[in-house]
Amino acid sequence: MSEKKFSKKHEWVSLDGDVATVGITKHATEMLGDIVFVEVPDAGKAVEKEGQAAVVESTKAASDVYSPISGEITEGNKAIADDPGSVNSDPEGASWFFKLKIKDKGEYDSLMSKDEYDKFCKENPS
Amino acid sequence: MEVQKTALYNYHKNLGAKFVPFAGYEMPIQYKDGIVKEHISTRTHAGFFDVSHMGQFFLEGDETLIESLEKIIPADLKNLKINHSKYSFLLNNEGGIIDDLIITRTEKGFCIILNAACKENDIKQISQFLKKNHKHLLNNDLSLIALQGPKSVEILEKLIPGVAKLKFMTGSNFEYEGEKLYVTRSGYTGEDGFEISISNTKVEKLIDYLISNEVKPIGLGARDTLRLEAGLCLYGHDLNEKINPVEANLKWAIAKKRKEVGGFNGWEKIKNLLANGSEKIRVGIKPDGKVIARENTKIFSSDNNEIGFITSGTFGPSVNAPVAMGYVKSEFSEIGTSIQLEVRGKKYGGKISELPFYKKSYVK
Repeated sequence: MSEKKFSKKHEWVSLDGDVATVGITKHATEMLGDIVFVEVPDAGKAVEKEGQAAVVESTKAASDVYSPISGEITEGNKAIADDPGSVNSDPEGASWFFKLKIKDKGEYDSLMSKDEYDKFCKENPS
Repeated sequence: MEVQKTALYNYHKNLGAKFVPFAGYEMPIQYKDGIVKEHISTRTHAGFFDVSHMGQFFLEGDETLIESLEKIIPADLKNLKINHSKYSFLLNNEGGIIDDLIITRTEKGFCIILNAACKENDIKQISQFLKKNHKHLLNNDLSLIALQGPKSVEILEKLIPGVAKLKFMTGSNFEYEGEKLYVTRSGYTGEDGFEISISNTKVEKLIDYLISNEVKPIGLGARDTLRLEAGLCLYGHDLNEKINPVEANLKWAIAKKRKEVGGFNGWEKIKNLLANGSEKIRVGIKPDGKVIARENTKIFSSDNNEIGFITSGTFGPSVNAPVAMGYVKSEFSEIGTSIQLEVRGKKYGGKISELPFYKKSYVK
């Protein structure tokens, strides 16, 4: 697996060959609060960079999860749909949202590093 | 309008509250623990809620005060005993609900607890019916603290002996720190508990005591999940000026005597609705799966006709499932009726459900 890269919409991506794994960051889960519903995409669905790909709902509100990278979904993580609370406990590990086969590695390279993302979060508190 | 703050604003800040603007006030939506933990600790131990943004409206007058208030409130105020409270509403000429409220008979008149967002208009509406010799005061020198949960009685009795004797929807004056305060056994969570009307200068001391007894601070987020599980309405969402008590499934809150004799705003309309039923009615709704049907979600019949809309919807931590309330055409209101909920363009199954979703434990 490659190092994790991060988007401004608080998703993370790791890359294994041409298959990317996408989830939401710990910072995102802290902003959302208790997660109570997750909808992940089905295999075969095409997603665009920054296009809506999944849904996450906390007790407060529903939010879209965007794909930071374009490609074709190979798998949605059914385990988090069955147990949405697990996203709060392990957002950057077991509770990934979906995997997709990517077309353009350049999209991955252009995302933020961990340090850049941490700095971005500090500068954009919400 | 300038944003208002309750007397406990800095106290909330020190407790790690996240604030949101609510009805013109900066109010805590949650604290460090988050909504689910706050909800569960209220149900299993006790939580306190700062509801000082709500209006504490005091009225004094002779017996003509009752006549005046009964023109806009469909409760039986004449037979309401001193220190007893009723859930009721202010009605407009069309029978629509201007606000829902708790009214308590005091020695000199009445105290009405009004929703924060409505209180100024409420007072205007009530004042139309008042006479010159009726005095009224919206008391902003008082805070209002709700203490809710199964341990509330044990904890408050230690501080204010005598409160354990109060029955649900009754109140009394007590002494605390050399001052008078008023406590009622009531609340809006489906739990046993109290609402404590206390001067702004003493409220921090009361909260210090509650916190030392492991009572958690509870924000608006958990207040919403608690009241929705208890099947209770939130004004501005489940109720508004265009909805009448029959549609809101709250006809039980119109006093029996008042249903027979009338004499209040919107009576003609309500009399007719009581006899013939309403076209739409408020119901409880349980989605079949995990999907949350939030406010404004459209409701469809099993054969795809639009039959209503959701007015409140969330995840119920104690029910451990999504719960909602909304209005459907009356012919679809029977418990168990299968319906569909349109969420993000997709239809999900659900059922009309009994209210409350969570069983109450009031002390009668």
